[in-house]
Amino acid sequence: MGRPEATAIAGTALVFAIFWVTAGDSGMFALDGVMNWLVVSGYLGILAVGACLLMIAGEFDLSIGSMIGFTGMVAAIPPLHFGWPVWLSMVVALACALGLGFVNGQLVVRTGLPSFIVTLAFLFILRGLTLAFSIIVADRTIVSGIGDLAEHDPIARFLFSGTFGDGWFGWMARHGWIRALDDGTPLVRGIPKVLIWWAVLAAACSFQLTRTRFGNWIFAVGGDAGAAKNVGVPVKRVKVSIFMFTALCGWLFAMLQICDIGSAAADRGLQKEFEAVIAAVIGGSLLTGGYGSVIGACFGALIFGVVQIGITYTNLNSDWFRVFLGLMLLSAVLFNNQVRRRLTQTR
Amino acid sequence: MAPDPSSPYVLELDHVSKFFGTVIALKDVTLRLRRGEVHCLLGDNGAGKSTLIKILAGVHPPSLGTYRVDAEPVAFASPRDALDRGIATVYQDLALVPLMSVARNFFLGREPTRTYGGIFRVFDRRLAAKVASEKLADLGILVRDADQAVGTLSGGERQCLAIARAIHFGARVLILDEPTAALGVKQSANVLRIVARARDQGISVIFITHNVHHAYPVGDTFTLLDRGRSMGSFQKSEISRDEVLTMMAGGQEMQHLMSELGSGDDRGT
Repeated sequence: MGRPEATAIAGTALVFAIFWVTAGDSGMFALDGVMNWLVVSGYLGILAVGACLLMIAGEFDLSIGSMIGFTGMVAAIPPLHFGWPVWLSMVVALACALGLGFVNGQLVVRTGLPSFIVTLAFLFILRGLTLAFSIIVADRTIVSGIGDLAEHDPIARFLFSGTFGDGWFGWMARHGWIRALDDGTPLVRGIPKVLIWWAVLAAACSFQLTRTRFGNWIFAVGGDAGAAKNVGVPVKRVKVSIFMFTALCGWLFAMLQICDIGSAAADRGLQKEFEAVIAAVIGGSLLTGGYGSVIGACFGALIFGVVQIGITYTNLNSDWFRVFLGLMLLSAVLFNNQVRRRLTQTR
Repeated sequence: MAPDPSSPYVLELDHVSKFFGTVIALKDVTLRLRRGEVHCLLGDNGAGKSTLIKILAGVHPPSLGTYRVDAEPVAFASPRDALDRGIATVYQDLALVPLMSVARNFFLGREPTRTYGGIFRVFDRRLAAKVASEKLADLGILVRDADQAVGTLSGGERQCLAIARAIHFGARVLILDEPTAALGVKQSANVLRIVARARDQGISVIFITHNVHHAYPVGDTFTLLDRGRSMGSFQKSEISRDEVLTMMAGGQEMQHLMSELGSGDDRGT
């Protein structure tokens, strides 16, 4: 109970136990089943890492879901309609994301307005821009074919398309260690790139947060911005850079998604901002800032994926997913509140 | 004029006045801080204590008069300048983050780093915990664990942490703004003990308070402020606690009140 991620780990164990009992023989825990829920967790995990750092720094970004739709469109339309190389449009989309993160951050630190309201405005602005922009340029809100173009772009393919370790998985299939199709190719061809990104991002951010000087500043600006400023921490710079990083996480989500699904759509990322916050809170981050853990947020995302996909392996109607999630969130918030009280009360 | 470390005074305010528009916050105040003394600045609310601190800390420049450090006139542009000359101010809010550990707070903004795996510069947690515990122990405060959250410390312990931090980062002069204002009797006694210990380490202290009972035991010199004017500075040998109390703004009122209530008692018996 001494660490912020302890509850999320306990919650994960509980969720696994429940599904092991109710859906243990359904194929949910076979390799292809595992990949199903891990990929869902991985996508959300990437967002949750950003959202949790931002929450620890004392801010929210509700525009991150709209950012996914926006950057996906910015990356997909130019190659399809103007013949741009995919990597170039992806770089432009990244620049847009970082720029928007910068604007969000500057608005929050300069006006002192709650980030909740500033980024809520951007939730609508970005979603509206995405729809309007795609109608004007492409005359549609779903653009297909970007996946094939990305396959033929060496940079985009290397970073975002397909799977990792295909040779290794083929080797395991030939030895009969993992399930193979009739033609000998493995059922799971490799590790999806999203999982690699999730692991790398989580490890790097967790290290940054807990082990470096900048990480100390993230905790400080969220815990007490006034105190941090008085001891010389560049509060505004820290907050703005985390806003930019969160936007980058949204961009990364979108790039992986358009390469994976093969299309971009203006409504992508709907409600992802809430899911990311939920994962961070289940992971032990306080809504008031100054406390939390990247590893915890990753376990929060894992719980999310396991429950969302796992429920389809059981006899339960999948509508129960939301009920379960809401209950998880509520119990996590109640628990976190206790932790906060314990940490701020004189012994 | 160059700094003169042999001057008996580390800080001097010479006939300093401060005006905010037409408001006279301080008028012709002279204050001299001897090396290694605890100089108590006493005054009621509105006496000008906060303005005086802000001038000393480099937040405001004086409107009239001279501010000297080591006998050299100075014009601080910001608190950073004052800090560079070893003048540290511990404000009432203490600049501590309750959710963070003692060690992380101690080094916040000035984290020690080491190289990890030959590439990464990381926060040296072990060194931070060790130094923070040692420096607190030097002032007689034993924390159970340098990794415990500051929120779990008592108000007195937090005050001591802020003082220990200022000393560690090179304070020669400590300006303490009402360090005992929000504390109980026992906690206040602890903080006063720390103030005395800091002086024993050769640090000069300006101790701002409106509580004579806290100031008198640790103070060497007392300067009384009343509505922006100094009523003079006195050595401890020159003045008794009751005289200080009487001279303080509001002192007479308290004595009237005491005699009134006292006479009430007489009637009762």
